[in-house]
Amino acid sequence: MTARVPQFHVDSEKFLADQERVGWHDGALWHLRYKRDLATQVVPDWEKLRDQAAAIKAHVLDHIPTLLSQFITNAEAAGWVVHLAPEADDLKRIVLDLLQKNGVTKAVKSKSMLTEECGLNHHLEANGVEVVDTDLGERIVQLRHEPPSHIVVPAIHLKRGEIGELFHEHLGTAKGEDDPIRLTRAARADLRKRFIGAQAGLTGVNFAVADSGAIVICTNEGNADLGTALQPLHIACMGVEKLIPTAADAGVFLRLLARSATGQPITTYSTHIRGPDPTRPGHQAHLVIVDAGRRRLFADDEHRRALSCIRCGACLNTCPVYRRASGHAYGTTVPGPIGAVLAPAMIGTAKAKELPFASTLCGSCTNVCPVKIDLHDQLLSWRRRLAREGHVPFSKRFAMKIGAQALSYPWLFSLGGKIARTFWGLARKGIPGPHAGWTKHRDLPPAPKQSFRGWWKSDGQNQGNPTNKDQDHG
Amino acid sequence: MDVHLFVPCYLDQVHPEVAMATVTVLRRAGCTVHYSDQQTCCGQPMANTGCADDAAVLARRHLDLFAGKTTVCPSGSCTSMVSHHYHDLGLRLSATDEKTMHRTFELSDFLVNVLGVTDLKARFPHKVSLHQSCHGLRELGLGVMSERRDPPKLGPAEVLLAQVEGLTLVMPERRDECCGFGGTFAVAEADLSARMGHDRCDQLSQGDAEYMTGNDQSCLMHLDGIRKRRGKGPKAIHLAEILACQ
Repeated sequence: MTARVPQFHVDSEKFLADQERVGWHDGALWHLRYKRDLATQVVPDWEKLRDQAAAIKAHVLDHIPTLLSQFITNAEAAGWVVHLAPEADDLKRIVLDLLQKNGVTKAVKSKSMLTEECGLNHHLEANGVEVVDTDLGERIVQLRHEPPSHIVVPAIHLKRGEIGELFHEHLGTAKGEDDPIRLTRAARADLRKRFIGAQAGLTGVNFAVADSGAIVICTNEGNADLGTALQPLHIACMGVEKLIPTAADAGVFLRLLARSATGQPITTYSTHIRGPDPTRPGHQAHLVIVDAGRRRLFADDEHRRALSCIRCGACLNTCPVYRRASGHAYGTTVPGPIGAVLAPAMIGTAKAKELPFASTLCGSCTNVCPVKIDLHDQLLSWRRRLAREGHVPFSKRFAMKIGAQALSYPWLFSLGGKIARTFWGLARKGIPGPHAGWTKHRDLPPAPKQSFRGWWKSDGQNQGNPTNKDQDHG
Repeated sequence: MDVHLFVPCYLDQVHPEVAMATVTVLRRAGCTVHYSDQQTCCGQPMANTGCADDAAVLARRHLDLFAGKTTVCPSGSCTSMVSHHYHDLGLRLSATDEKTMHRTFELSDFLVNVLGVTDLKARFPHKVSLHQSCHGLRELGLGVMSERRDPPKLGPAEVLLAQVEGLTLVMPERRDECCGFGGTFAVAEADLSARMGHDRCDQLSQGDAEYMTGNDQSCLMHLDGIRKRRGKGPKAIHLAEILACQ
């Protein structure tokens, strides 16, 4: 993941400042959630399908070493050259070496959150290799020199007018052109030249089938297919968690993936690739299997389930916080609920300390997750870990400690309430101190004359419970 | 039936009328209501901040105080804290503790699914929109969750509201979107929380609703605070208050 320290509070406020954009962003993502709902309604036993996917992933997480060695054996038999990259730097080194050995100066790359996470593009560019992202959304953010804000729809934070300006500057479209079809055609024409001019195709991997040595790549634009079909060198990069036991298991995930992501029944292109193309003499197929911190998560029984993620983005689309904060506020390659669950393990609790708190714990993420990661419980569990490790701000921890002590004494609680109600009138104009956030946007309710316990003592208990005669309701 | 009232700390001090309405409703449903003024807070704010040890102190107190009793609480969130999240705090839980957790019910759930009472002889001639608070909905299962493809079944709040004389129930287009309260989130991420609250107020205004109701006063307090500040939108009223009206 990116090296910078996420500053969720500061960065979400920047996005929030443009109220109109927030409303539009929320609506665009909610539309994806809506389409997802429609698509899941037509699948009989959707919930059982999720159970099945979760069971397969649980099996995978329990058998990574076995599946990995089975996959490598079968992949090599199929003609893949397999490379192991324990760290992000290893991935960067391996890919650059391969490109340099083959004299590659221009490469095309289809969508891969892993290479994004490892900073591959930057490394290759710094070493004289031009890399062009061929997914339209990825290309847009690449031209803007910014990271994707969503794992499926990377440029969802941008309006079409902004894309029009960008394309005017880089692709020579007419000034003021903001028609999506014409803009897409311009991007397509430009990308076509890049595809033809490149000497290597880089791709990610959605699923790696252990018992056949095949990989499955899902795209809507066919850009991975074109990128690998035209170039003599294919380098596929995958996180070790992408393993699945059999091709039949891929069937389960393919039914879930696109429905959860965008509400499509299946991705437009779901391509199985098993080694180099035998019809093309000299075609090379390399596979880089990356760990880059994943072993830390495997070893963490409480949080390893997060590695089941198939990167559909459904938890981002449904998250009411993500929809109003945008992906860039998270400061990590994978934003949203799943990003906030992965980040503490991947970049460390100290750096990621704000992210598990960037949630209301509403639980919608847990319900949409096609592989049933208990996302909101994972966030809560990370909060406990952060508190134990001292990464929750002292003011918060102190307040909670004092609170727990005071609330251990009913008389003290009662007295505190009485004092608060007495000074309520002043507080209504704005609560001072750490709770000022409440009155920044909200009026306080009027102070009640007495507490419930006061009422119970004076009136409530004496008003009497029902007699037998009253008890025939219902 | 003897029931023991579990009154969330902020309700006790800031919204006693909701707890009072709860007493009225439970009595009307034929229950004998008991209340101990030794209760304070279930520990949810501490637990949601990650401070499990501090939460555990209050959880222990709560479990000892309500040991083995049938407990009713007019809040889905506080109920879920006791029934679901006391497992998260590293407490040693006895069989009695487990029973206490298991016997802790949210008010509408208790009325409909334990007592089998659906008609409280209430009258509330208004258009009301329902805000289904997240923890009651997604942790306690008090309704159909929009994300899941479970068999359709009305939640207890909808069942109860359907019997209220004169009441027209309006469900917002986004049936179960979070209001943005989120406990300490409301203060720590005040701007985000408020934006979510504004949007939720708009959604709950659909169909010209005069009131917005729900089973969690914390969400309603947040929404009503926003409504008052901006000067438009339906007034918040807790489900228990509607059921108490005659």
